[in-house]
Amino acid sequence: MLSNLGDGFLIAMTWQNLLLALMGCFLGTLMGALPGLGPANGVAILIPIAFSLGLGPTASLILLTSVYYGAMYGGRISSILLNIPGDEPAMMTCLDGYPMARQGLAGEALTLSGIASFVGAFFATWGLVLLAPQLVKIALLFGPAEYFVLFTLAFATLGGISSTNQAKSAFAAALGLGIAMIGSDSQTGSQRFTFGEIHLYDGIDFLIAIVGLFALSEVFIFLEHHKGGAVGNSGAMKIGRIMPDWPMVRRCIPTMGRGTVIGFIAGVLPGAGASLGSFLAYSVERSTVDPDNKTFGKGDPRGVAAPEAGNNAASGGALVPMLALGVPGSGTTAVLLAVLLQLNITPGPLLFQKNPDIVWGLIAALFIGNVMLLLMNIPMVGLFTRVLLVPTRILMPVVAMISFVGIYSITGSTFDVMLMVGFGLMGWVLRKLDVPMVPIILGILLGNEMEVNMRRAMTISDGDWSIFVGSPLAIVLWVVAIAGFLAPIVVGRVLRRKQAALSDEIAEGD
Amino acid sequence: MTFKTTFAAAAVLMTALLPVGAQAEFKAENPQCIAPSNPGGGWDYICRTTAKYLFDLGLIDDAMQVTNMSGGGGGVAFAHVTKERNEDNNLIVAASMSTSARIAQGIYEGATKESVHWLATFGAEYGAIAVDADSEYQSLNQIMDAIKADPRSVGIAGGSSVGGYDHIKPMLLAQAAGVEDVTKLKYVAFSGGGEAMTGLLSGSVQALSGDLSEMLGFLESGDIRIVAILSPERLSGHPDIPTAKEQGYDVIGANWRGLYMPAGASDEAKEFWKNAIQTMTESDAFQADLKAASIEPFNNFGADMDAYAAKTIEDVRTLSKEIGIIQ
Repeated sequence: MLSNLGDGFLIAMTWQNLLLALMGCFLGTLMGALPGLGPANGVAILIPIAFSLGLGPTASLILLTSVYYGAMYGGRISSILLNIPGDEPAMMTCLDGYPMARQGLAGEALTLSGIASFVGAFFATWGLVLLAPQLVKIALLFGPAEYFVLFTLAFATLGGISSTNQAKSAFAAALGLGIAMIGSDSQTGSQRFTFGEIHLYDGIDFLIAIVGLFALSEVFIFLEHHKGGAVGNSGAMKIGRIMPDWPMVRRCIPTMGRGTVIGFIAGVLPGAGASLGSFLAYSVERSTVDPDNKTFGKGDPRGVAAPEAGNNAASGGALVPMLALGVPGSGTTAVLLAVLLQLNITPGPLLFQKNPDIVWGLIAALFIGNVMLLLMNIPMVGLFTRVLLVPTRILMPVVAMISFVGIYSITGSTFDVMLMVGFGLMGWVLRKLDVPMVPIILGILLGNEMEVNMRRAMTISDGDWSIFVGSPLAIVLWVVAIAGFLAPIVVGRVLRRKQAALSDEIAEGD
Repeated sequence: MTFKTTFAAAAVLMTALLPVGAQAEFKAENPQCIAPSNPGGGWDYICRTTAKYLFDLGLIDDAMQVTNMSGGGGGVAFAHVTKERNEDNNLIVAASMSTSARIAQGIYEGATKESVHWLATFGAEYGAIAVDADSEYQSLNQIMDAIKADPRSVGIAGGSSVGGYDHIKPMLLAQAAGVEDVTKLKYVAFSGGGEAMTGLLSGSVQALSGDLSEMLGFLESGDIRIVAILSPERLSGHPDIPTAKEQGYDVIGANWRGLYMPAGASDEAKEFWKNAIQTMTESDAFQADLKAASIEPFNNFGADMDAYAAKTIEDVRTLSKEIGIIQ
């Protein structure tokens, strides 16, 4: 195995490939940082470039996976500086990253999240090397019933995440699930809530919802208050030091470890992907080190390290089912799968035997790209934090412009642009009511998968509900889900009585 | 020399430079191929392959832009072409069995065979039925016997929704086996062939209905067994896979791959694209590409294609009525 990896490095270490990796990392970071453009679009945008340059399979894959990893790094930048997730897996990074930036710790938050990203991606790539063939078997333990319980787990642990008000979280999750129901039913093909509007047939793209709810509502809030100055505290914000001090980093080491493991597992499961990875990493971290909600959501460095390690580990994990099964674990790997097919490489159980040069060249390129990204991201923190010094009156129109251009360039439809504006207005209203946004997005993202897996399970069992507790794996997932649901309620209630003052700052982080 | 004669001379010169024949009247400019799906699917493959070979073979001068327009199972692209681009001479759109099946079942609102101009098919992929390598079922007969005894005893996974082509295939087999109510089959719809395969491998279902190409990797690795291929005769590349026909079920499941273009395009443009695609299918490199993707040659052009599209839509409509998917 190590000699295979050595061969891979020989393939990846040509000047052309290194240059492509560098270019991919830079473009990827940039695309990840721009709200609306995520890893999937970033890769999709570069596909024609890779083909028109006439690159071979390995070179194309090196370019595109560098963009992928780069975008996973870049997503955190706008989360931390602007409270707008650059891409959907970076959503959780907003919760503690933005409060850190407001406390003048923007530089430290960015560097720390860069390190966490590196750790997550580095160990996930090792996971890919060591475990890819075996991990396929774990993925196969998940049948429709187990998937349903897994998604239930995600929603059950949601309560404590983004708000201390459980009812508002539940309302937001229900809203998200409701939006997910729009479109054609993938089981029967019949239309639900589309009212004959063909643009709704495929449901609402979560990117539109994310950009509307997060980015555009920010613009509306600004319009309402109509203040100039810089983001946050009108120009008085400090960037702070760039390197976090050693105690802060050391405190985050176990966090990164947990985030990496959770993120990697979430990435390996087909259909779950990086968003679930960062989400679970954050919620597990919060309930492990801060069960009484004292510091999380208010700028705890561990709340930045956990989701970043999680989503970057998930991006490595998502390559496992894509390469080994031909089943993409996320939107971006679906795009990469398309590239592989286009290059005449059929992913599947035999890929590792049939095209070892491509697989190991790709894996070596991931290691190289990851180091490049770390080296690129830390010195450039200073540059990124300068975004904060841009006055809001300039920044907000830019955010609005990027939102509109981004959505239009992805979908090419004015209907979707109007829909985004609608979501922006909805986000503005919901923010005023202190309703958290994250559960809405999670509902839109996971709602359909949760529903169809439940229906598949029910078809298989001929309507017998006991299928949902029919395997040891399902029972374990239920136990975790119930514990995750009850813990914040029980622990939180006791503590909240003692700390009534908390309620003022509830929805700060979303 | 007056301005007019200069112009005329230039025009003569330009005409002389162009090749003689039907193509002389039409020249593709900034051509576009719409794949009505996200990157990665069969339709995307059609567009990207066509775009590559048309350009590489010098059949078009400008590189062909591939646009992914997903939505409504191809319905968004279909509506876009018929309503907004009906006279576009430089647009071709990927199509397959699903396109004609959805027109037949009325899923694209108001669409008929006449709504677009059917250009060509250049390949087809045959359907197949697979079971897990450890499965108790050794042949299609055993599966059909089990279904006859109890239609709910065999879970069949497929990558299309209920009533889609992966569902129709086992229903046709059950019908040929003499099952009375084929709608009773336990069909579990997954989002795409890849997910359906994981459903089979995880043991959630007992059989898989899909296209052969999606199964080949797993067949070679020994994870699955293909009990029947729905082709007229055994395939030259896989002579050991038995056909459904030789096991006593006369069912053919061919998922064709091809293209359509706007109905309102000029006759010259229609002729140009037909010829370009026909020339492309004669290229060895293109055929090698199809072979690598497990697509069998299956060519229809011009009037043949028009008749084929009409027949395939009519067939699916009759069938869907028989098995109760549409009234």
